[in-house]
Amino acid sequence: MKEYETITEISGPLVFAEVDEPIGYDEMVEINTPDGDTKRGQILESSDGLVAIQVFEGTTGIDRNASVSFTGETLKMPVTEDLLGRVLDGTGQPIDGGPDIVPDDRRDIVGAAINPVSREYPEEFIQTGVSAIDGMNTLVRGQKLPIFSGSGLPHSELALQIARQATVPEEEAAGDEGSEFAVIFGAMGITQEEANEFMDDFERTGALERSVVFMNLADDPAVERTVTPRLALTTAEYLAFDKGYHVLVILTDMTNYCEALREIGAAREEVPGRRGYPGYMYTDLAQLYERAGRIEGRDGSVTQIPILTMPGDDDTHPIPDLTGYITEGQIYVDRDLNSQGIEPPVNVLPSLSRLMDDGIGEGLTRDDHEDVANQMYAAYAEGEDLRDLVNIVGREALSERDNRYLDFADRFETEFVDQGFDVDRGLEQSLDIGWDLLSTLPPAELNRIDEDLIEAYYVDDETEAEAAAD
Amino acid sequence: MSKATQETVEESGGQIASVSGPVVTANGLDARMNDVVYVGDEGLMGEVIEIEGDVTTVQVYEETSGVSPGEPVRNTGEPLTVDLGPGMMDAIYDGVQRPLDVLEEKLGSAFLDRGVDAPGIDLDEEWEFTPTVEAGDHVEAGDVVGTVPETVTIEHKVLVPDSPPGSAGGEVVAVEEGTLTVTDPIVELDTGEELTMHQEWPVREARPTVEKRSPSEPLVSGQRILDGLFPIAKGGTAAIPGPFGSGKTVTQHQLAKWADADIVIYVGCGERGNEMTEVIEDFPELEDPTTGNALMDRTCLIANTSNMPVAARESCVYTGITIAEYYRDMGYDVALMADSTSRWAEAMREISSRLEEMPGEEGYPAYLAARLSQFYERAGLFDNLNGTEGTVSVIGAVSPPGGDFSEPVTQNTLRIVKTFWALDADLAERRHFPSINWNESYSLYRDQLDPWFEEEVSDDWPSRRQWAIDTLDEEAELQEIVQLVGKDALPDDQQLTLEVARYLREAYLQQDAFNPTDTYCSPQKTFRILGAIRTFADEAFDALEAGVPVDEIADIDAAPRLNRIGVQEEWDEYIDELEADIEAELREHY
Repeated sequence: MKEYETITEISGPLVFAEVDEPIGYDEMVEINTPDGDTKRGQILESSDGLVAIQVFEGTTGIDRNASVSFTGETLKMPVTEDLLGRVLDGTGQPIDGGPDIVPDDRRDIVGAAINPVSREYPEEFIQTGVSAIDGMNTLVRGQKLPIFSGSGLPHSELALQIARQATVPEEEAAGDEGSEFAVIFGAMGITQEEANEFMDDFERTGALERSVVFMNLADDPAVERTVTPRLALTTAEYLAFDKGYHVLVILTDMTNYCEALREIGAAREEVPGRRGYPGYMYTDLAQLYERAGRIEGRDGSVTQIPILTMPGDDDTHPIPDLTGYITEGQIYVDRDLNSQGIEPPVNVLPSLSRLMDDGIGEGLTRDDHEDVANQMYAAYAEGEDLRDLVNIVGREALSERDNRYLDFADRFETEFVDQGFDVDRGLEQSLDIGWDLLSTLPPAELNRIDEDLIEAYYVDDETEAEAAAD
Repeated sequence: MSKATQETVEESGGQIASVSGPVVTANGLDARMNDVVYVGDEGLMGEVIEIEGDVTTVQVYEETSGVSPGEPVRNTGEPLTVDLGPGMMDAIYDGVQRPLDVLEEKLGSAFLDRGVDAPGIDLDEEWEFTPTVEAGDHVEAGDVVGTVPETVTIEHKVLVPDSPPGSAGGEVVAVEEGTLTVTDPIVELDTGEELTMHQEWPVREARPTVEKRSPSEPLVSGQRILDGLFPIAKGGTAAIPGPFGSGKTVTQHQLAKWADADIVIYVGCGERGNEMTEVIEDFPELEDPTTGNALMDRTCLIANTSNMPVAARESCVYTGITIAEYYRDMGYDVALMADSTSRWAEAMREISSRLEEMPGEEGYPAYLAARLSQFYERAGLFDNLNGTEGTVSVIGAVSPPGGDFSEPVTQNTLRIVKTFWALDADLAERRHFPSINWNESYSLYRDQLDPWFEEEVSDDWPSRRQWAIDTLDEEAELQEIVQLVGKDALPDDQQLTLEVARYLREAYLQQDAFNPTDTYCSPQKTFRILGAIRTFADEAFDALEAGVPVDEIADIDAAPRLNRIGVQEEWDEYIDELEADIEAELREHY
């Protein structure tokens, strides 16, 4: 391997070096500083005689005399089933003091796109045990469903609750162990404290042994963050499509990832897009998110729950905006609900699961699932609207019908959504609570529900009273 | 370039000078603007997008990891073209017309690797060719020389290719017939030229026609709010802008499923992989409402998902519209759905920024408006060269960042298209689907299309629609007051208007795309549902005038049944009965 001492420019995370041989785009580079450090980097631009290198570990300590050598290959992730239970840093090196990783295979971290023809449409219901998700925004295997949150909100608790409780009831009921479940946790730029919370929870619940953890912390170099999710997803794809695991990938925090992209873009003096983020951010994010899915004829699946904190709780900010256009829905964690003490503070109105319709209903979950969800959406939305009005005219000025909707909205939050981070609710239970709430409205108001289902599930006080009297 | 005739690749000795993402520059390459080139040792497909001095800039349609300077670049000497011929219906392509199922087979993997190519139509498949010309006939470019049953639904007409590279036409001297492949000669002309079923066309160039005319027939979509309030013409253009989660894709899918076009080209441009898979799985099972055959028989899918190379995203809308024009030339009504044109615009922006071009608004290139209008202008009702009449309707989804319609792609699109279906996140949040905002949307085709609806459905079509629009407008005004003072503070007649408008929203404007019956609503049914609501309104106001309190009117048992008409299969009888019940029940009160 030829070494060069030809660095001409160092700018932020970028190093420019002169070369006299052709260097491949995206290739890995090693830079040895005079202090004896080895830093790794990647080719961002390659032209005749000059390359731009993006350095993962930061450019501190690199000078004109540092030597640059090219590995001749793109960044690869060593993958093996033994990764389960391991904790790695943001570049894939073990940091748990365990043995070296003996790879089965080394995979290119820039995953190839799944051929749409080879995909299998996701329609297997995952029960998360969270009513606001199972009942209203159902998650299915192979989906990518981000959590849109804000600073200081309990998105991590929600993610952990999902990771802890997620099951596929059908397979359990059938006594079929099916494929095994694994969690890949990719942390990008989170604080040590947050990291500790995650690790404690993983260890407490014994989840660690079926997890692979990638940790890029807040004080790790930002550029490293751009590879962390790719390493995580490459591992996920290997476990899912080669080893048949059902993999749940939690990526947090995507906002830090995007900041890193912006930093590199600025250092390269690229023409910026919205709010200084690079114009290719959509493509870049899509290359991560689209690595969720199922493949025909393979047992495993990759389900993604990326977490992002919206700067200023603004969902029109480029990061949540572009994410929403790629992912199959989103779950909103809401500041107002959080301050009311609702756990988890999920605001179902702007939340959405695009793959819900095909994953629920008779034979999949329960025949009334879709209608109940739609009706609760409509009723809760109406109640929400009326709250504004109540502030102006007061409750007395409203009709009885309106008052019922107001009550419905209140009870929906306190009984349906607020369940606590430690409570695991079955889907049946969630739907039954839904019927309890809907039954406070007259049956004629339930125009989204099939008449037969109203007949079957509506909890009529009078009939109950009669039944009790008998 | 033609994937069917690859042997024409010249070794013109270019060399890669630099690589940056999808943009590669080469030295010493003798190429014209927009020529297709093969880049690197792996032969990645690309297109020339800039020439400056000795340096040629190429956008590469595949991932460029590991490609290094010094590797060869070879020119094909031809612009980006598509293969045209039988076999395109029921196919699924990527953005440069490589059939995805063939790629899966060739690669033996579920992942799309690079450097693999395949012709857009199967060169070995045999077709039953029936000539429609005989020796001695004179044919010219665009003329039909024979037919092939491409699918159960579609009779493929074989056309004399136009220039470029084209045929000058001539006298037919020999005609073949029977089972042939697309490369077998079918007709021989006196000029010595042999015609085959296969031809090529450069995607960035519109196929020639005689004349573009004003459309007069609606593209019936089976969606009440579209057909009823904001219709699009066959040969018209429409934009569906909306923030994420507002139902763009479901609306596009509904149109692809139920629109009464002969051919549907569905371009998934930079969208979700799972969504394309849904289309691939659903369409073969769905029935075409007009012919009863599988929907897939009239559909061609172009899938360039968001994680596939960005340059191919830029080209996929052109690939789509060129295929659309080819079927139009056979005299068919073609509908093209592009989901989403914003991704296409962003692909332009990405490439432009890598070229370090001077950016226009929000970083988009200055030529954004020109590219958009060139694309939409390829839609229309045309007199074809061969005397037939065909249409291309274009329906483009737009994904404005943050749902803000003032951004460049939405604004530039609105300047061109004549139908605007504004999707609304608020409506979607309360699960009002399709969440098309009736106050913001418009169709400039309404007057043009009224005669058709009057003829085919009823003379009252325009007046009844106007009544619905007026009622909804009035509701919007009243709602503002209600927000301040509450509903009960309104006079009785206005409260009743709100009640009527509520049924318009719930029974007429809302439509359940996932209900097997409600998903498609014929214009006749659309008209009668509106009629039933009108009946309720008229009877209710009569009752109010006769002194019946508004609460009692609103509470009649029959009224909520309006909301169930959509899901009735026997809607005609159901509506007859319902109208009679409404009348009877209300008249009991006075």
